[in-house]
Amino acid sequence: MRFAGIDIGSRTIKLAVLEDGRLVLSRKAEGSHNPLGTARELMEGVAFDRLVATGYGRHLLKGHLDCPVISEISAFVRGSRFFSSDCRCVLDIGGQDTKAISLDESGNLCKFEMNDRCAAGTGRFLEVMATALGFTLEEFAEAALSARKAEKINSMCTVFAESEVISLISQGAQRGEVALGIHTSIVSRSAGLLKRVAPSGKIFFAGGVALNPCVRILLEKETGRPVFVPPDPQIVGAVGAALSAAE
Amino acid sequence: MADYTQMWQDLGLDLKSHDALLSVLGKAYADIFLAQKNRPEGMKYFDFVMSEVHGLRIKEIVDAKAQGRVVVGSYCVFVPEELVLAVDGVAVGLCAGAEFGFEAAETLLPRNTCSLIKSMFGFKLGRVCPYLESCDVVVGENTCDGKKKAYEIFGPLVRDLYIMDMPQTKSEMGKKLLRDEYKKFIAKLESASGKKITPASLKKGIEIVNAKRKAMIRLNALRAADPAPISGLDALLISQVFFHDDPARFTDSVNKICDELEVRVKNHAGVAPKGTTRVVISGCPMAVPNWKVPLLIETSNAVIVGEESCVGERSTRWLTEIKGNTVDEMLDAIVDRYFNVDCAVFTPNPSRVGHVKEMAKKLHANGVIHYSLQFCQPYIMESAPVEKELEKSKIPTLRLETDYSGEDAGQLKTRIEAFVERIKK
Repeated sequence: MRFAGIDIGSRTIKLAVLEDGRLVLSRKAEGSHNPLGTARELMEGVAFDRLVATGYGRHLLKGHLDCPVISEISAFVRGSRFFSSDCRCVLDIGGQDTKAISLDESGNLCKFEMNDRCAAGTGRFLEVMATALGFTLEEFAEAALSARKAEKINSMCTVFAESEVISLISQGAQRGEVALGIHTSIVSRSAGLLKRVAPSGKIFFAGGVALNPCVRILLEKETGRPVFVPPDPQIVGAVGAALSAAE
Repeated sequence: MADYTQMWQDLGLDLKSHDALLSVLGKAYADIFLAQKNRPEGMKYFDFVMSEVHGLRIKEIVDAKAQGRVVVGSYCVFVPEELVLAVDGVAVGLCAGAEFGFEAAETLLPRNTCSLIKSMFGFKLGRVCPYLESCDVVVGENTCDGKKKAYEIFGPLVRDLYIMDMPQTKSEMGKKLLRDEYKKFIAKLESASGKKITPASLKKGIEIVNAKRKAMIRLNALRAADPAPISGLDALLISQVFFHDDPARFTDSVNKICDELEVRVKNHAGVAPKGTTRVVISGCPMAVPNWKVPLLIETSNAVIVGEESCVGERSTRWLTEIKGNTVDEMLDAIVDRYFNVDCAVFTPNPSRVGHVKEMAKKLHANGVIHYSLQFCQPYIMESAPVEKELEKSKIPTLRLETDYSGEDAGQLKTRIEAFVERIKK
């Protein structure tokens, strides 16, 4: 039997297929104004017996394909254990939200916290800030990593932080130092969420922002805890949904 | 519905805005309430009340005024209805549960004011609430800082705003303050109505309100059954209607629905299958038409079995003991009753979390959802300690903070679904 999971996120749509407990296929596509169409394209030519949807667009897909849905949080709980069998703590920083999740010994969901309703401290926040500084996402992380000190960014609101960044630049601040400040602010916010939910132990770091090496390194430094990033941190939710389809 | 245009015009409503509000409300009601399955027959009464919420009930109130009865509006469960009834007045709980007129409200209030206060201003400035416009006296109570300061700005907007001070601690001094304030309120009611409170009239007032609360206690106890005999949305609606319906008729209707629910419980019938995940809501009040979070919960494979809120058990769980032969002695009993109310403006406020625990146990809840309105400092401040205490007692808890807008429905749905997945058996 082949079990598929699709994670319709705010910025990317991810598909994963499991067979005999092994990940046999994964695909990603950038989200669009038409998530349903993108999801359909992504699934084209992919064979599976059962499908479960997760992510913000899950109910949309459910309305069209009549597939079961699970919340992203449950999907990350399952998916994290697929890549790390003793996982007790997940941090997911996606396009528009950040989640900190704790698991009990047997892998059940214990507790979770999410960022507030806005995009503060999420992937979208990083994208907007990178653009404001004239960087690509890769350059942005690199510049932050090579900066010697960080400019302090006070605002976590995407809109206010952008103005703050612009005013720092106009005062002659170094781009790299501002970049490091932005990365530091996102990490301290995530560390705060983690502290409330799962205060110790290894952190399983998932979501698109886990691809950013600067966030990863700063997270280890700030929390003093080991950080594990799976081979493709973006597909954890889709894998979790596929595991749920197999249940 | 009959044509009430003339009545609304006489009350000074803005007919165009009012029509728009009613049509939104009517549609929301149909989508949220009438669309539910397995509703008790007895809900038909409440459906009727809601279909006539700005019609027949307002006509009754206007007629009562014409007969010389005073109409007293309030925004808080600390304003004793017993005293209003004792001068043969009509007590109206003024609702403030819609995102209406916020732009106008924000010309007078800071943006970061809770939705409830903004709604109270929005209704007034937009002239769309016939209850408010019918009031001879509106009582403003000094509970939270937001309301306290808002009433200073609200005063000039209404006919007669009467301010009632409130204690902040459960001390002897606090209790004395409450008693003194109630005593002053009696004088205010007597002068506004031209009627004197007598031991007989006060006793009657206490009996009417006790009967109403007793019916609610009966209803809430029946929700302990699995399957739940009534949805949380319908039960919340009854709690909302509690504040503006004719008390005797309301009591009869609640008792009637309880009779029906008793049969359901005996036959193991309910609104959701046996074993459906059960949730208690705790926190800020949900005034009409604030149905957002309950709707999200009950469309996420869960059923709400209790409300620890001012629109819920916090306003109904205590009765006033009938004792004494003088107005003063009866007032003591009223003060004893109201001083129990565990609003988050009190410090410290340990009995509230104690009661949430008790409700979770009694109602066989799998978890508690703590609901705070954004910028409602007292309840947001209490939410983390309440969560900690509940989790310590092995009661899973989810904290939500939201307002009246619909923009965060997606995020809330994700949190609620995940919580339900966490706590389901």
